[in-house]
Amino acid sequence: MTTSEILIFAGAFLARAVEMVEALTIVLGVGVVRGWRSTMIGVGAAALLLAALVAAFGPALQQIPIDTLRFVVGALLLAFGLQWLRKAILRSSGYKALHDEDEAYREERERAAAAGQVQRGHMDWYSFTVAFKGVLLEGLEVVFIVIAFGTAHGSLGLAAAGAGAALLVVLLAGVLTRGPLSRVPENTIKFAVGLLLTSFGCFWSVEGAGADWPGGDLALLGVIAFIAALSFCLVQVLRRRRSRLVPVGAKA
Amino acid sequence: MKYVRAFLRFWWDFIVGDDWRVAAGIAVALGLTVLLVDHDVNAWWLIPAAVGVVLAGSLDRSTRA
Repeated sequence: MTTSEILIFAGAFLARAVEMVEALTIVLGVGVVRGWRSTMIGVGAAALLLAALVAAFGPALQQIPIDTLRFVVGALLLAFGLQWLRKAILRSSGYKALHDEDEAYREERERAAAAGQVQRGHMDWYSFTVAFKGVLLEGLEVVFIVIAFGTAHGSLGLAAAGAGAALLVVLLAGVLTRGPLSRVPENTIKFAVGLLLTSFGCFWSVEGAGADWPGGDLALLGVIAFIAALSFCLVQVLRRRRSRLVPVGAKA
Repeated sequence: MKYVRAFLRFWWDFIVGDDWRVAAGIAVALGLTVLLVDHDVNAWWLIPAAVGVVLAGSLDRSTRA
């Protein structure tokens, strides 16, 4: 396995893991309060739809010439990855609140308990809809990442395997803990995913534009190091700026 | 029409997100890279530099607001 392939697997794995942690919170909140049958049918339907999207768009996009594909996919990954990185930097520097899984779980349970009966036949449509929407919306970003990583490098199977492995790990962790995975360092994972998305976006868009990286494929590691160093410096600058604004002793 | 607008809004939020200037900056940098490569300049350095500028600029704007 080459360095690029390891990073593609890691990127898909981490993106899927962090999105699944959020989806798991929603599914648990609904399932615990309203029952599991309709909730799990919703989860299964969303998972099937996500897999169908990868199966339909992945091979179709691989028919496009590789330089055009890398340019377009690289540009999209750059725009998309910079969003992840920007939010992770804002969270790390205290300008944006960290995602609180325990709080999200409590709110989801309250909403599920307050919702009236939406029973038709054997199905509770509230549970189905919330679980379906939660898994689908959290999973769409992962589908985009898997397709982008997979097609631009010709490793669709590897990227899908990374995402699939993360799905199993998070599901297993959820079953074992029987609660939201609030101790998962979500922002650190989002930081890593943002870093990988932006770096691959940089690397492929430059290649797709027809320029040559000094050092060939090894330059990818240089790009990752550069963007990591840049992000670290930006976090430090913003923390210092924030410490001048927030009174001593105030919570981040 | 409502559904078309919602569909476009979804993709705008998905790709562009909170700060359109980041996506616009990257688009300009990509255009310049293609232009420089067409003039035989190996402009591999332009996109990483643009990433630094647009990211720092976007963070500066959102933390000053």
